[in-house]
Amino acid sequence: MVFIIKPMRSIWRTLDRGLARDIALVCLADGVVGMSYGAISVGGGLPLWVPVLLSIVVFAGASQFLFVGIVAAGGSPIAAVIAGLLVNTRHVAFGLAVSDVIGGGWRRVPGSHLMTDENVAFALGQEDLKQRRAAYWAGGIGIFACWNVGVLVGGLAGTMITDTDVFGLDAAFPAVLLALVLPALRDRSTRTAALVGVVVALAATPFLPAGVPVLLALVGMVFYRAPKPALEVSR
Amino acid sequence: MNNTPLMLGAILILAVGTFSLRFAGPLMRSRFEIPERTQQFLAAAAIVLLTALIATSALMDGHGPAGIARPAGVLVGGILAWRKAPFILVVVAAATTAAVLRLLGVP
Repeated sequence: MVFIIKPMRSIWRTLDRGLARDIALVCLADGVVGMSYGAISVGGGLPLWVPVLLSIVVFAGASQFLFVGIVAAGGSPIAAVIAGLLVNTRHVAFGLAVSDVIGGGWRRVPGSHLMTDENVAFALGQEDLKQRRAAYWAGGIGIFACWNVGVLVGGLAGTMITDTDVFGLDAAFPAVLLALVLPALRDRSTRTAALVGVVVALAATPFLPAGVPVLLALVGMVFYRAPKPALEVSR
Repeated sequence: MNNTPLMLGAILILAVGTFSLRFAGPLMRSRFEIPERTQQFLAAAAIVLLTALIATSALMDGHGPAGIARPAGVLVGGILAWRKAPFILVVVAAATTAAVLRLLGVP
Protein backbone atom coordinates (compact mmCIF):
# COMPACT_ATOMS: atom_id res chain seq x y z
CA MET A 1 0.00 0.00 0.00
CA VAL A 2 2.95 2.33 0.58
CA PHE A 3 3.44 2.85 -3.15
CA ILE A 4 -0.19 4.05 -3.37
CA ILE A 5 -0.06 6.32 -0.30
CA LYS A 6 3.00 8.33 -1.32
CA PRO A 7 1.64 9.40 -4.76
CA MET A 8 -1.71 10.10 -3.02
CA ARG A 9 -0.02 12.68 -0.79
CA SER A 10 1.44 14.50 -3.78
CA ILE A 11 -1.94 14.33 -5.58
CA TRP A 12 -3.54 16.01 -2.58
CA ARG A 13 -0.91 18.77 -2.55
CA THR A 14 -1.36 19.42 -6.28
CA LEU A 15 -5.17 19.73 -6.23
CA ASP A 16 -6.50 23.22 -5.57
CA ARG A 17 -9.37 23.49 -3.12
CA GLY A 18 -12.09 24.39 -5.62
CA LEU A 19 -11.28 21.41 -7.81
CA ALA A 20 -11.02 19.09 -4.79
CA ARG A 21 -14.48 20.26 -3.67
CA ASP A 22 -15.99 19.68 -7.14
CA ILE A 23 -14.46 16.22 -7.30
CA ALA A 24 -15.76 15.40 -3.81
CA LEU A 25 -19.22 16.57 -4.86
CA VAL A 26 -19.19 14.32 -7.92
CA CYS A 27 -17.93 11.39 -5.80
CA LEU A 28 -20.81 11.97 -3.39
CA ALA A 29 -23.31 12.18 -6.26
CA ASP A 30 -21.93 8.96 -7.72
CA GLY A 31 -22.34 7.39 -4.29
CA VAL A 32 -26.03 8.37 -4.40
CA VAL A 33 -26.39 6.92 -7.88
CA GLY A 34 -24.52 3.81 -6.66
CA MET A 35 -27.08 3.47 -3.89
CA SER A 36 -29.88 3.65 -6.42
CA TYR A 37 -28.08 1.09 -8.56
CA GLY A 38 -27.75 -1.32 -5.65
CA ALA A 39 -31.38 -0.77 -4.67
CA ILE A 40 -32.70 -1.14 -8.23
CA SER A 41 -30.69 -4.34 -8.79
CA VAL A 42 -31.86 -6.02 -5.59
CA GLY A 43 -35.38 -4.61 -6.06
CA GLY A 44 -35.39 -6.20 -9.54
CA GLY A 45 -34.91 -9.62 -7.95
CA LEU A 46 -31.13 -10.07 -8.29
CA PRO A 47 -29.02 -11.37 -5.39
CA LEU A 48 -26.88 -8.72 -3.64
CA TRP A 49 -23.56 -10.15 -4.86
CA VAL A 50 -24.44 -9.39 -8.50
CA PRO A 51 -24.44 -5.55 -8.28
CA VAL A 52 -21.59 -5.61 -5.72
CA LEU A 53 -19.30 -7.79 -7.87
CA LEU A 54 -20.21 -5.85 -11.04
CA SER A 55 -19.29 -2.58 -9.32
CA ILE A 56 -15.85 -3.82 -8.28
CA VAL A 57 -14.76 -5.71 -11.41
CA VAL A 58 -16.63 -3.80 -14.14
CA PHE A 59 -16.91 -0.36 -12.48
CA ALA A 60 -18.82 1.32 -15.32
CA GLY A 61 -22.18 2.77 -14.28
CA ALA A 62 -24.02 2.91 -17.60
CA SER A 63 -23.09 -0.65 -18.59
CA GLN A 64 -23.91 -1.92 -15.10
CA PHE A 65 -27.40 -0.37 -15.24
CA LEU A 66 -27.85 -1.84 -18.71
CA PHE A 67 -26.62 -5.29 -17.64
CA VAL A 68 -28.86 -5.44 -14.59
CA GLY A 69 -31.79 -3.95 -16.50
CA ILE A 70 -31.63 -6.61 -19.20
CA VAL A 71 -31.06 -9.54 -16.82
CA ALA A 72 -33.69 -8.42 -14.29
CA ALA A 73 -36.21 -8.08 -17.13
CA GLY A 74 -35.61 -11.75 -17.96
CA GLY A 75 -33.23 -11.09 -20.86
CA SER A 76 -30.25 -13.29 -21.70
CA PRO A 77 -27.00 -12.63 -19.77
CA ILE A 78 -25.18 -12.94 -23.11
CA ALA A 79 -27.26 -10.09 -24.55
CA ALA A 80 -26.53 -8.16 -21.34
CA VAL A 81 -22.77 -8.66 -21.77
CA ILE A 82 -22.86 -7.58 -25.42
CA ALA A 83 -24.95 -4.50 -24.61
CA GLY A 84 -22.67 -3.63 -21.68
CA LEU A 85 -19.53 -3.97 -23.78
CA LEU A 86 -20.98 -1.89 -26.60
CA VAL A 87 -21.85 0.93 -24.20
CA ASN A 88 -18.30 0.73 -22.81
CA THR A 89 -16.66 1.07 -26.24
CA ARG A 90 -16.50 4.81 -25.53
CA HIS A 91 -13.66 4.02 -23.13
CA VAL A 92 -11.42 3.31 -26.13
CA ALA A 93 -11.75 6.96 -27.11
CA PHE A 94 -11.31 8.11 -23.51
CA GLY A 95 -8.20 5.96 -23.15
CA LEU A 96 -6.67 7.60 -26.20
CA ALA A 97 -7.43 11.03 -24.79
CA VAL A 98 -5.99 10.45 -21.31
CA SER A 99 -3.14 7.98 -21.92
CA ASP A 100 -0.51 10.64 -21.18
CA VAL A 101 -2.42 11.61 -18.04
CA ILE A 102 -2.45 8.00 -16.81
CA GLY A 103 1.27 7.62 -17.48
CA GLY A 104 3.30 4.56 -18.47
CA GLY A 105 4.26 1.20 -16.97
CA TRP A 106 2.24 -0.39 -14.15
CA ARG A 107 0.12 2.76 -13.68
CA ARG A 108 -1.73 1.91 -16.88
CA VAL A 109 -3.48 -1.04 -15.17
CA PRO A 110 -5.14 0.71 -12.18
CA GLY A 111 -5.35 3.91 -14.25
CA SER A 112 -7.38 2.13 -16.94
CA HIS A 113 -9.68 0.42 -14.46
CA LEU A 114 -10.42 3.75 -12.73
CA MET A 115 -11.45 5.40 -16.02
CA THR A 116 -14.92 6.98 -15.85
CA ASP A 117 -16.75 9.70 -17.74
CA GLU A 118 -16.37 11.97 -14.73
CA ASN A 119 -12.64 11.77 -14.02
CA VAL A 120 -11.82 11.93 -17.74
CA ALA A 121 -13.88 15.12 -17.98
CA PHE A 122 -12.18 16.53 -14.87
CA ALA A 123 -8.70 15.70 -16.16
CA LEU A 124 -9.25 17.21 -19.60
CA GLY A 125 -10.52 20.41 -17.99
CA GLN A 126 -7.15 21.10 -16.28
CA GLU A 127 -4.34 23.25 -17.63
CA ASP A 128 -1.06 21.42 -17.08
CA LEU A 129 -0.20 17.72 -16.97
CA LYS A 130 0.45 17.68 -13.22
CA GLN A 131 -3.02 19.07 -12.48
CA ARG A 132 -4.58 16.70 -15.01
CA ARG A 133 -2.92 13.75 -13.32
CA ALA A 134 -4.03 14.87 -9.86
CA ALA A 135 -7.63 15.42 -11.04
CA TYR A 136 -7.74 12.08 -12.87
CA TRP A 137 -6.39 9.97 -10.00
CA ALA A 138 -8.23 11.78 -7.20
CA GLY A 139 -11.48 11.53 -9.19
CA GLY A 140 -10.91 7.88 -10.12
CA ILE A 141 -10.01 6.70 -6.62
CA GLY A 142 -12.75 8.79 -4.97
CA ILE A 143 -15.46 7.65 -7.38
CA PHE A 144 -14.37 4.01 -7.05
CA ALA A 145 -14.66 4.18 -3.25
CA CYS A 146 -17.97 6.09 -3.17
CA TRP A 147 -19.54 4.04 -5.95
CA ASN A 148 -18.77 0.70 -4.31
CA VAL A 149 -19.82 1.78 -0.81
CA GLY A 150 -23.00 3.29 -2.30
CA VAL A 151 -23.86 0.12 -4.21
CA LEU A 152 -23.42 -2.02 -1.08
CA VAL A 153 -25.51 0.31 1.10
CA GLY A 154 -28.20 0.68 -1.58
CA GLY A 155 -28.29 -3.06 -2.16
CA LEU A 156 -28.72 -3.76 1.56
CA ALA A 157 -31.44 -1.09 1.84
CA GLY A 158 -33.03 -2.29 -1.42
CA THR A 159 -34.04 -5.57 0.17
CA MET A 160 -36.40 -3.49 2.32
CA ILE A 161 -37.38 -1.06 -0.45
CA THR A 162 -39.81 -2.82 -2.78
CA ASP A 163 -40.53 0.07 -5.15
CA THR A 164 -37.52 2.34 -5.77
CA ASP A 165 -39.59 4.39 -8.25
CA VAL A 166 -41.35 5.94 -5.24
CA PHE A 167 -38.10 7.82 -4.54
CA GLY A 168 -37.67 8.84 -8.17
CA LEU A 169 -34.36 7.01 -8.50
CA ASP A 170 -35.29 5.94 -12.04
CA ALA A 171 -35.21 9.62 -13.04
CA ALA A 172 -31.88 10.32 -11.33
CA PHE A 173 -29.86 7.96 -13.55
CA PRO A 174 -30.69 9.49 -16.97
CA ALA A 175 -30.32 12.96 -15.42
CA VAL A 176 -26.76 12.20 -14.28
CA LEU A 177 -25.76 10.94 -17.72
CA LEU A 178 -27.44 13.95 -19.31
CA ALA A 179 -25.38 16.27 -17.12
CA LEU A 180 -22.26 14.44 -18.32
CA VAL A 181 -22.99 14.54 -22.07
CA LEU A 182 -24.44 18.08 -22.24
CA PRO A 183 -21.06 19.80 -22.78
CA ALA A 184 -20.30 17.50 -25.71
CA LEU A 185 -23.75 18.16 -27.19
CA ARG A 186 -22.88 21.85 -27.55
CA ASP A 187 -21.01 20.75 -30.68
CA ARG A 188 -23.55 21.06 -33.49
CA SER A 189 -22.44 18.05 -35.55
CA THR A 190 -22.36 15.74 -32.50
CA ARG A 191 -25.80 17.04 -31.48
CA THR A 192 -27.30 16.31 -34.91
CA ALA A 193 -25.89 12.77 -34.88
CA ALA A 194 -27.15 12.24 -31.32
CA LEU A 195 -30.66 13.51 -32.12
CA VAL A 196 -30.95 11.22 -35.16
CA GLY A 197 -29.70 8.37 -32.95
CA VAL A 198 -32.28 9.17 -30.27
CA VAL A 199 -35.14 9.09 -32.82
CA VAL A 200 -33.92 5.74 -34.21
CA ALA A 201 -33.47 4.22 -30.73
CA LEU A 202 -36.89 5.39 -29.51
CA ALA A 203 -38.62 4.15 -32.67
CA ALA A 204 -36.90 0.75 -32.34
CA THR A 205 -37.54 0.25 -28.61
CA PRO A 206 -41.08 -1.23 -28.89
CA PHE A 207 -39.89 -3.87 -31.37
CA LEU A 208 -36.37 -4.94 -30.43
CA PRO A 209 -34.76 -6.57 -27.36
CA ALA A 210 -33.34 -4.27 -24.68
CA GLY A 211 -29.89 -2.86 -25.50
CA VAL A 212 -30.22 -3.20 -29.28
CA PRO A 213 -32.10 0.08 -29.91
CA VAL A 214 -29.29 2.02 -28.20
CA LEU A 215 -26.76 0.44 -30.55
CA LEU A 216 -28.91 1.28 -33.57
CA ALA A 217 -28.49 4.92 -32.55
CA LEU A 218 -25.00 4.73 -34.11
CA VAL A 219 -26.83 5.17 -37.45
CA GLY A 220 -26.84 8.84 -36.45
CA MET A 221 -23.06 8.93 -36.99
CA VAL A 222 -23.80 9.08 -40.74
CA PHE A 223 -24.61 12.75 -40.07
CA TYR A 224 -21.43 13.42 -38.11
CA ARG A 225 -18.77 15.67 -39.62
CA ALA A 226 -15.53 16.12 -37.71
CA PRO A 227 -14.75 19.81 -37.13
CA LYS A 228 -12.18 21.11 -39.63
CA PRO A 229 -9.56 22.71 -37.37
CA ALA A 230 -7.70 20.41 -34.98
CA LEU A 231 -9.59 20.61 -31.70
CA GLU A 232 -7.64 21.50 -28.56
CA VAL A 233 -9.37 19.54 -25.82
CA SER A 234 -11.26 21.78 -23.38
CA ARG A 235 -9.19 24.89 -23.83
CA MET B 1 -32.44 -15.28 -12.95
CA ASN B 2 -31.06 -17.94 -10.61
CA ASN B 3 -28.39 -19.55 -12.79
CA THR B 4 -25.37 -18.55 -10.68
CA PRO B 5 -22.52 -19.95 -12.87
CA LEU B 6 -24.02 -18.33 -15.98
CA MET B 7 -24.39 -15.01 -14.17
CA LEU B 8 -20.86 -15.18 -12.74
CA GLY B 9 -19.45 -16.01 -16.17
CA ALA B 10 -21.33 -13.13 -17.79
CA ILE B 11 -20.06 -10.67 -15.15
CA LEU B 12 -16.45 -11.82 -15.60
CA ILE B 13 -16.65 -11.56 -19.41
CA LEU B 14 -18.06 -8.05 -19.06
CA ALA B 15 -15.25 -7.20 -16.60
CA VAL B 16 -12.45 -8.51 -18.84
CA GLY B 17 -14.01 -6.94 -21.93
CA THR B 18 -14.50 -3.57 -20.23
CA PHE B 19 -10.93 -3.53 -18.92
CA SER B 20 -9.64 -4.37 -22.42
CA LEU B 21 -11.59 -1.45 -23.88
CA ARG B 22 -10.20 0.91 -21.22
CA PHE B 23 -6.67 -0.43 -21.61
CA ALA B 24 -6.73 -0.25 -25.42
CA GLY B 25 -6.14 3.51 -25.49
CA PRO B 26 -3.07 3.65 -23.22
CA LEU B 27 -1.72 0.52 -24.96
CA MET B 28 -2.24 1.77 -28.53
CA ARG B 29 -1.05 5.30 -27.86
CA SER B 30 2.36 4.04 -26.79
CA ARG B 31 2.71 2.08 -30.07
CA PHE B 32 1.36 4.38 -32.79
CA GLU B 33 -0.42 7.69 -33.29
CA ILE B 34 -4.22 7.68 -33.73
CA PRO B 35 -5.36 10.25 -36.32
CA GLU B 36 -7.07 13.26 -34.72
CA ARG B 37 -10.23 12.83 -36.81
CA THR B 38 -10.56 9.16 -35.85
CA GLN B 39 -10.36 10.13 -32.19
CA GLN B 40 -13.06 12.77 -32.66
CA PHE B 41 -15.27 10.27 -34.47
CA LEU B 42 -14.90 7.72 -31.62
CA ALA B 43 -15.70 10.34 -29.00
CA ALA B 44 -18.78 11.52 -30.92
CA ALA B 45 -19.97 7.91 -31.33
CA ALA B 46 -19.72 7.46 -27.55
CA ILE B 47 -21.82 10.58 -27.03
CA VAL B 48 -24.42 9.33 -29.53
CA LEU B 49 -24.66 5.99 -27.65
CA LEU B 50 -24.97 7.72 -24.28
CA THR B 51 -27.60 10.16 -25.54
CA ALA B 52 -29.69 7.29 -26.92
CA LEU B 53 -29.30 5.50 -23.58
CA ILE B 54 -30.51 8.63 -21.76
CA ALA B 55 -33.52 9.04 -24.09
CA THR B 56 -34.63 5.41 -23.95
CA SER B 57 -34.17 5.11 -20.18
CA ALA B 58 -35.94 8.43 -19.57
CA LEU B 59 -38.88 7.99 -21.96
CA MET B 60 -39.40 4.22 -22.25
CA ASP B 61 -40.14 1.48 -19.77
CA GLY B 62 -39.52 -1.91 -21.32
CA HIS B 63 -41.21 -1.78 -24.73
CA GLY B 64 -43.72 0.97 -23.85
CA PRO B 65 -43.78 4.61 -22.74
CA ALA B 66 -42.49 5.43 -19.22
CA GLY B 67 -45.38 7.69 -18.14
CA ILE B 68 -44.95 11.29 -17.04
CA ALA B 69 -43.15 11.42 -13.67
CA ARG B 70 -39.81 9.98 -14.85
CA PRO B 71 -39.45 12.10 -18.04
CA ALA B 72 -40.47 15.17 -15.98
CA GLY B 73 -37.78 14.39 -13.40
CA VAL B 74 -35.14 13.92 -16.08
CA LEU B 75 -36.26 17.17 -17.74
CA VAL B 76 -35.86 19.12 -14.48
CA GLY B 77 -32.44 17.53 -13.93
CA GLY B 78 -31.50 18.28 -17.53
CA ILE B 79 -32.48 21.95 -17.27
CA LEU B 80 -30.46 22.30 -14.05
CA ALA B 81 -27.46 20.62 -15.70
CA TRP B 82 -27.83 22.92 -18.69
CA ARG B 83 -27.81 25.90 -16.31
CA LYS B 84 -24.57 24.43 -14.90
CA ALA B 85 -26.06 23.58 -11.50
CA PRO B 86 -23.94 21.35 -9.24
CA PHE B 87 -24.06 17.64 -10.02
CA ILE B 88 -25.63 16.67 -6.70
CA LEU B 89 -28.47 19.17 -7.23
CA VAL B 90 -29.16 17.67 -10.66
CA VAL B 91 -29.44 14.18 -9.12
CA VAL B 92 -31.59 15.20 -6.14
CA ALA B 93 -33.89 17.48 -8.18
CA ALA B 94 -34.53 14.80 -10.82
CA ALA B 95 -35.36 12.17 -8.20
CA THR B 96 -37.45 14.54 -6.07
CA THR B 97 -39.50 15.78 -9.03
CA ALA B 98 -40.37 12.23 -10.09
CA ALA B 99 -41.08 11.18 -6.49
CA VAL B 100 -43.33 14.18 -5.72
CA LEU B 101 -45.27 13.75 -8.99
CA ARG B 102 -45.87 10.10 -8.11
CA LEU B 103 -46.93 11.07 -4.62
CA LEU B 104 -49.55 13.31 -6.28
CA GLY B 105 -50.77 10.33 -8.29
CA VAL B 106 -49.08 11.17 -11.61
CA PRO B 107 -47.96 7.90 -13.33
